[in-house]
Amino acid sequence: MSVDTSAEARSRPATATDPAASIASLIPNLRHRGRMLRDLGLASVDALFEDVPADVRIDGLDLPGPIDERGVVDHLAKLAGENRFPKTGGGGMPVFLGAGVKERYIPATVRSLVLRSEFYTSYTPYQPEISQGMLQALFEFQSIACELTGLDVANVSQYDWATALGEAALMAARANKGQRFLVPEAMTPEKRSVLENYVAGPRLKVEEIPFDRKTGTLDMAAFEAALGPDVVGAYIETPNLFGLWETEAHRVKGMLDDHDSGLLVVGADPLSLALAEGPGQYGADIVVGELGGFGVPMSFGGPLVGLLATTKKLVRKMPGRIVGLTHDDQGRHGFTLTLQAREQHIRRDRAMSNICTNQTLAAVAATIHLSQLGGEGLTRLALENEANAAELRSRLAEVPGVRPAFDGACFEEFTLAFDRPYAQVHGGLLSHDVHGGYDISGRFKGLDSAAVFATTEMHQEADYARLVAALKEVQA
Amino acid sequence: MAKEIAAAEATESDLTIPRDRVSRLHLKEALLPAHAGRPHEGSLDGTATPAAYRRKTSPALPTMSEFEVVRHFTRLSRMNFGIDQGMYPLGSCTMKYNPKFAEVVAAFEGFTRLHPYQDPSTTQGAMALMWELEKQLCRVVGMDSVTLQPPAGAAGEFTGLLIARKFHEANGEGETRDEVIIPDTAHGTNPATAGMCGYKVVEVPSTEEGTVDLEALQAAVGPRTAAIMLTNPSTLGIFESEIKEVARIVHSAGALLYYDGANLNAIMGRARPGDMGFDIVHINLHKTFATPHGGGGPGAGPVGVRSRLEQFLPTPRVVRQDGEGGASFVWQEVGESSIGKVHGFHGNFGMLVRAYAYILRFGGEGLRAISDTAVMNSNWLKRRLKGMFDEPHRDLRKHEFVVSASNVKKSRGIRTLDIAKRLLDHGVHAPTVYFPMVVDEALMIEPTESEPLDEMERFAQAMESVLADDPEVVRTAPHTMPVGRLDEAWAARQLVLTWQDARARIDELAPETDEA
Repeated sequence: MSVDTSAEARSRPATATDPAASIASLIPNLRHRGRMLRDLGLASVDALFEDVPADVRIDGLDLPGPIDERGVVDHLAKLAGENRFPKTGGGGMPVFLGAGVKERYIPATVRSLVLRSEFYTSYTPYQPEISQGMLQALFEFQSIACELTGLDVANVSQYDWATALGEAALMAARANKGQRFLVPEAMTPEKRSVLENYVAGPRLKVEEIPFDRKTGTLDMAAFEAALGPDVVGAYIETPNLFGLWETEAHRVKGMLDDHDSGLLVVGADPLSLALAEGPGQYGADIVVGELGGFGVPMSFGGPLVGLLATTKKLVRKMPGRIVGLTHDDQGRHGFTLTLQAREQHIRRDRAMSNICTNQTLAAVAATIHLSQLGGEGLTRLALENEANAAELRSRLAEVPGVRPAFDGACFEEFTLAFDRPYAQVHGGLLSHDVHGGYDISGRFKGLDSAAVFATTEMHQEADYARLVAALKEVQA
Repeated sequence: MAKEIAAAEATESDLTIPRDRVSRLHLKEALLPAHAGRPHEGSLDGTATPAAYRRKTSPALPTMSEFEVVRHFTRLSRMNFGIDQGMYPLGSCTMKYNPKFAEVVAAFEGFTRLHPYQDPSTTQGAMALMWELEKQLCRVVGMDSVTLQPPAGAAGEFTGLLIARKFHEANGEGETRDEVIIPDTAHGTNPATAGMCGYKVVEVPSTEEGTVDLEALQAAVGPRTAAIMLTNPSTLGIFESEIKEVARIVHSAGALLYYDGANLNAIMGRARPGDMGFDIVHINLHKTFATPHGGGGPGAGPVGVRSRLEQFLPTPRVVRQDGEGGASFVWQEVGESSIGKVHGFHGNFGMLVRAYAYILRFGGEGLRAISDTAVMNSNWLKRRLKGMFDEPHRDLRKHEFVVSASNVKKSRGIRTLDIAKRLLDHGVHAPTVYFPMVVDEALMIEPTESEPLDEMERFAQAMESVLADDPEVVRTAPHTMPVGRLDEAWAARQLVLTWQDARARIDELAPETDEA
């Protein structure tokens, strides 16, 4: 086995000068070992492992350490410093990526509250009487999710948007007869791959609906042609991969009903739901999305907060933990996990999902963040970001060789087409210490060189100026 | 617990909160922050959102000051209980101390502000961390390759079974091998995962000793078997000494051996699943490697495999390239045989950072000391509780043990559930209850290596007190929590799942009384 954890792999901090002392503080009973072994009538700890057969026994692990806390922190700081990212206070490398998760400004309150040990060192609230704090916070998360999505129920989180979509497809398979599940052609391959894995069990066939090459939105004629009673459901995103609003989203449920084509699953950036009605209002049966960014930072892709909300009609087919209101025998109100008969610990092989550990603390963080923003704050934020995105798009479109790929209205993301391979543009931008958008070149016919740029409240004018200037130089 | 909960939710119950017992005002008030905030009027002009589904007003989330938010959640936290407050001897969960340096390093901007789609040349530090963590985990469990993508243990199980299926498909047996064998002591996620993957679950019984019944296993295994899912030590805390024989039986039938890493805390530095014959291993970073449980997540469930299964791992992988300037890291697509992705991005990177720091801190020597102490603590506590409960199965345990309160039910008329609730009044979180299902009135206790001797002694005394307590007091416990026992049937019947719903139905849920 060629495993390399040698010091040359990365400069490694030195082993603690007194390894035993270094970890003694973290393993309290090391200093009572003698007495405890005597209580057990054992000569040594080895006796506790006598039932491990000799040919399976090992004599320790080949890993360096222990290392003092300070050494660990230093080493991690060095690794963190070997990345390029936008630095607080200015400088660093601005990044214009979205495509499933975006950077948000997280207020200071979130961290200070979510790191209260009563929250973050707690376990799943299976004993509700001692967990009312977490249960109520999660009930509030559910409530916020429902307010944004226009639906009746939400669970306390999925791992992320992609896995939420996977679970939504499984719900559609449960609720309807058929083998086909429709998705937009314009979707990230990552989401698509996760979805394919989720639907492998019930053997659903995932089919693509093309987008209109001119508008960048769903080809509604092709969509309608694909419908039929063997379709268990359809997934659309609005805003879509290109950042465009799907102008016909509100018509889709009617189309599905006309053709007996199952459930409508809508994927949406939750901030966009401050401007757009919750899709439940126009017939969505399920809404999925990514609340990560709110409350929790992007952190290289996780932990995030998968959103899954649905109608009351489908609640028993929904996976994941759900918190409900109730009362005790004194009439005091309280909260408890409910409808647990859907879950793995009760229903086992017939559970709605195998999900157990989810993204709970991150969901609570998002709840705190959104509670602080409030409805009005959310609307203001969404309007500002929308306006800034439109402005940035205009400025970038003025650079020679760069034009918007589509004319339609967008929210926080937009697609630009380039007169040369985007890989070149991307490299050029990096050499100016700017990170451009999400490269979709060559993925779709007609979009040979294109990238999706995202902008949020984390960008300042200086970042825009740097991007524009860098792009001008690269395109010159 | 399974039967308890299912039963609780299924019973008939009053559909309204008892008239003579609750103040309507109290319930209404309690729905903070439900009562605040007016929808934002007007200026949604100027937005380009399609008019057909544009909001007319802001979302009706309350508008509160920062201080109100802080007060609210601070008060909620004081109605919660974490391991920093007291013992959580939850078997199968490994509620160990979460060292604080892990939070410090996970919060470094150089990690938190990275977008997963960034050019790899800009994320070398993060990728180096992932690469090294993979190698560390390989060493701990004795596997050849690891994926860090699964964001939880159950997700790791899902990944493992997807890999198993792909392996059998490559051998032309994808359709014929449609069964997964699971012992009757297994955690619910195992059969749930098998079900999700479209497999049929074949359950094998345990012996009186609490280990896998080899004869039953031999009978159950065959050409239809894709895999067997096991944990070692088992959920009873008993080490499967015959594990190599289990591996032989399973491999002879052409099936794969899957290790559920929930109990890894028992054997680090003493044994490795790789040496026992396992082909696929998942690891719970939020158990063994102390990333905080967070009330139910986030966690992380990396999966290790033997080299013959490497081609099926999720994509992409971090690959190290050595050049003149030193080592650098790139993303590499795994190839056609990959199962694809099990997470939208790279997994719960923030939790990977914490686990990596933890492993560095302890090193090989420290990890072994962790397991040694976890096992010592568990056996000490089991002996300390001697005589209080029925003790099925053998004496020697690993990091956790299961006892049965059947004797207490007979002698004092109190059940495991009642004991669990009364323990809360003693400042201790209850152990795992009613699991595994093969033990009647089960209590699964896992102190972990973190628990100081004094605390374990205090736990034992609390248990003595509960067992000597007035049975009626125990049956109606807890008495000192913010709420008493909650009406689970009411919750399942009424299904009030949002504050919007509660407000809309307040008249029906909590009718006016004279006291209101």
